[in-house]
Amino acid sequence: MLTKRIIPCLDIKDGRTVKGVQFEGLRDAGDPVALAARYAREGADELVFLDITATNQKRATLVALVRDVARELDIPFTVGGGIGTVADVEVLLLNGADKVSINSAALARPALIDELAARFGSQCIVVAADARYHAPDGWQIYTRAGTHNTGLDAVQWCREAAERGAGEILLTSMSNDGTKDGFALDITGAVSRAVSVPVVASGGAGSLQDFTNVFQQAHADAGLAASIFHFGEIGIRELKEHLRQDGIPVRL
Amino acid sequence: MEIAVIDYKGGNVQSVLFALERLGVQATLTSDPEVIQRADKVLFPGEGEAASAMRELRVQGLDQVLPTLTQPFLGICLGMQLLGQHSEEGGGTDLLGILPFNVIRFPAAPEYKVPHMGWNNLQALRTPLFAGLREEDYVYFVHSYFAPVGDYTIAQAEYPAPFSAAVQYQNFYAVQFHTEKSGPVGTRILENFLQL
Repeated sequence: MLTKRIIPCLDIKDGRTVKGVQFEGLRDAGDPVALAARYAREGADELVFLDITATNQKRATLVALVRDVARELDIPFTVGGGIGTVADVEVLLLNGADKVSINSAALARPALIDELAARFGSQCIVVAADARYHAPDGWQIYTRAGTHNTGLDAVQWCREAAERGAGEILLTSMSNDGTKDGFALDITGAVSRAVSVPVVASGGAGSLQDFTNVFQQAHADAGLAASIFHFGEIGIRELKEHLRQDGIPVRL
Repeated sequence: MEIAVIDYKGGNVQSVLFALERLGVQATLTSDPEVIQRADKVLFPGEGEAASAMRELRVQGLDQVLPTLTQPFLGICLGMQLLGQHSEEGGGTDLLGILPFNVIRFPAAPEYKVPHMGWNNLQALRTPLFAGLREEDYVYFVHSYFAPVGDYTIAQAEYPAPFSAAVQYQNFYAVQFHTEKSGPVGTRILENFLQL
């Protein structure tokens, strides 16, 4: 049976792992290669690297890091952050990334999704969507590292991304990110029902039960978190044992 | 031991090279038919779309070379599907025709997202490729198309119906999952292949 995936996310700035609270107040949490290897040993199903300072000058550093990680890692990993062109994707895949995640560039020019899927296959193209709740309009998509509201409806954008060829949606609730109050079950469930590709839930994980809820109630295919793993608040193995007890299929 | 990894712009070959490197094995990435023909083992990774992969193989003349190989051969993911007769992908594509299966798309269903992405367990294991593995061991899959179960099937997985997780005909072995990205289980399968 296909299992639900647990995915530690490593936010990378200047080659180090950091995690912000609601995208502000960044803290340093360690060496990415060491963290990646540790998570693989502990039973992480996949890893995500988001380069939050990806600029043209930083690209070479990121590529070298991707290569170092790929050399160590025997589980799949996704790289995102500042990816805007077919050439960006190609260099990351050639250096060992299994999937790439695109966000702002896809919002700026949605046809990029079609082009990447046609060139590299949907299986390696993840569209990352950052959503924030606004009463009374509902969940809206933000761009440029969560700084600009596009006004797009979250479900509608995720559906479009999947139809254009995204092989997976990485949905982050900015309203929940860093709060440790749990995943955003409503929007995660709505997106999961609306698209035919897997959905990774992100933002707000604080407890073992939060993961049970996002799998059972919101039908996410994977749960992603950063700080609770980096600071040892929840162990991957402990989490998976909890999920198994709750009747959720996991790889142990 | 000479190991050739076939380079046909078919996706993530670097992961396969790194996995071999972790096993202390130096492999040659090549599309040169002579290098491939004289290698002791041949790995055929692949990702992406079947029609463009077949086009690239034809450009390089590898569509004629691969079926004639006699050394142990391991197809991975798309590299497995390409060994079949015909794929539904891209409006229909003729494949290498080494194994008798046709490749079809997973039907869309609310509970079963496509691509089939993530860790799933192996069942009905056969052949020395899976020596030392247990039934229900997990490996990592990412694919939207699959080969049905047949006489050639040497491992199955379910999504939701059983499909071929691995196939074999003579010296041609192939796995639908990413053995290079399947943790210690995947590493063991690669080791087993190198010992065939």
